[in-house]
Amino acid sequence: MVKLLKRCYAALIYLFLYAPILILIIFSFNASKSRANWSGFTLNWYLELFKDRQIMKALYNTVVIALLSSVMATIIGTAAAIGIHNMKKLKKKLVMNLTYIPVVNPDIVTGLSLMLLFVFTKFPLGLFSLLLAHITFNLPYVILSVLPKLKQLDKNLYEAALDLGASPLHAYHKVILPEIMPGIITGMLLAFTLSVDDFVISFFTTGSGVSTLSIIIYSMARRGINPKINALSTLLFLTVLLLLIIVNLRTSGNGANKKRSDLKW
Amino acid sequence: MKKNWLSYPYLLWMVLFVFFPLLLVFFYSITDRTGEGLRFTLAHFRRFMEPIYLKVLTRSVKLALISTVLCLMLGYPMAMILAGNHFKRKNIMIFLFVVPMWMNFLLRTYAWMTLLERKGLINTFLSWLGLNPLNLLYTEEAVVLGMVYNFLPFMVLPIYSVLSKIDKNLIEAAGDLGANQFTVFLKVIFPLSLPGVVSGITMVFMPAVTTFVISRLLGGGQFTLIGNLIEQQFLYAGDWSFGSAISMVMMIVILLSTSVITKYEKENEGGGLW
Repeated sequence: MVKLLKRCYAALIYLFLYAPILILIIFSFNASKSRANWSGFTLNWYLELFKDRQIMKALYNTVVIALLSSVMATIIGTAAAIGIHNMKKLKKKLVMNLTYIPVVNPDIVTGLSLMLLFVFTKFPLGLFSLLLAHITFNLPYVILSVLPKLKQLDKNLYEAALDLGASPLHAYHKVILPEIMPGIITGMLLAFTLSVDDFVISFFTTGSGVSTLSIIIYSMARRGINPKINALSTLLFLTVLLLLIIVNLRTSGNGANKKRSDLKW
Repeated sequence: MKKNWLSYPYLLWMVLFVFFPLLLVFFYSITDRTGEGLRFTLAHFRRFMEPIYLKVLTRSVKLALISTVLCLMLGYPMAMILAGNHFKRKNIMIFLFVVPMWMNFLLRTYAWMTLLERKGLINTFLSWLGLNPLNLLYTEEAVVLGMVYNFLPFMVLPIYSVLSKIDKNLIEAAGDLGANQFTVFLKVIFPLSLPGVVSGITMVFMPAVTTFVISRLLGGGQFTLIGNLIEQQFLYAGDWSFGSAISMVMMIVILLSTSVITKYEKENEGGGLW
């Protein structure tokens, strides 16, 4: 009895979570522009989506910024994590507090403070300012992913490599880096998804004419319902689902043959 | 191992793009730009104390609190169900719970617009039943619904992770010592899950109180929240000093509420900011 009740409750919650998304997907194939009735299957909205130059440009911007900002944040962040890991306690605490600021600060404050900075320094708002903003909010997440891996690291390994005649750089490359690689990859993936998903900070730090997908969706949704957004949502939802399944399979596979993947890196 | 210099580019970056911009917000909030130049003033904070703006602040806090409570009420049982062993494919259940979270939150909010609008699916269903259509979109309830929908996973996941780490022997011991299921929950499970509840509350309340997107899309601009007020000042009214002052107030509200909440949290490893 209790078990049945629990199942029903879980089912209701899942319905609450998925019903809006499913309806969004179903209506992306609706021939009529109205939501009220179903007037036949069509792929028209998808065709129009791909013909919309503004949306395609925004998609391009989103991907370019996500790629560049996650790679840059990963490089700066990983180096920083190694540095922070070797710091004295007090200094470390100070730096970590600085790292936590963008994480705990509301997005809107991060966004508008960066906008003030760009305007104050007369830095032109556009693709480049967006990129700088994205690197800024991605950096802490890379550091927070890499630091735990560094803590798990056996200090003796590095010293053993030095004793065996490796130069410090060589030892880092062959010993430390492979050990912390899972953390670096997690951080980069996290940074990439956060960058794709961001709206608030982009909204404040972009200039006229430069949009990301989130900004386009917001300005379209503000004007009301538009079936093109449904088509776009469907494609994005399927992409996210696919990526999550791949990541999940990858990590569970890693667990199964951990030895092998450790060797590979 | 002296590798401190590796973090210098990062530190420079953070000072330039995090610390300095926040300093600018503070600077703008306490100055006035007149013809003669800069002047120190607290007028922007005083202006925020006017009734219309205070109403916006109380409304934001009220809606965020309602959403947080609803998320807790809906989410706690769900976290317990996920943490229990009721389903064969537990991993898939959790995976399915996380998937919507990865979808762009604008799209999740937009999905509700299509359901709630005047000619939307819910009203079509109502008229099919012979009932009058309701005004669902652009109401306060719609804003709360949007917040609960968007932030529910942030409540469930921390509680779930704490619940699934509870030592099962403790629950059995309590049962052996004569406690019934309800007492076990009240005296053992719930107190042990409090850290999860605390982080769930902060993770829902924080974004709920600062959002301007949900209130704009589902409230239709009639329900100005503190986030909307800030957006207006910066992007339309061009009054950056007043916008900065509101942001300062908002940061203080969040700082106070999170520090009050986390005061009850015992384990404070990691050395966070608050």
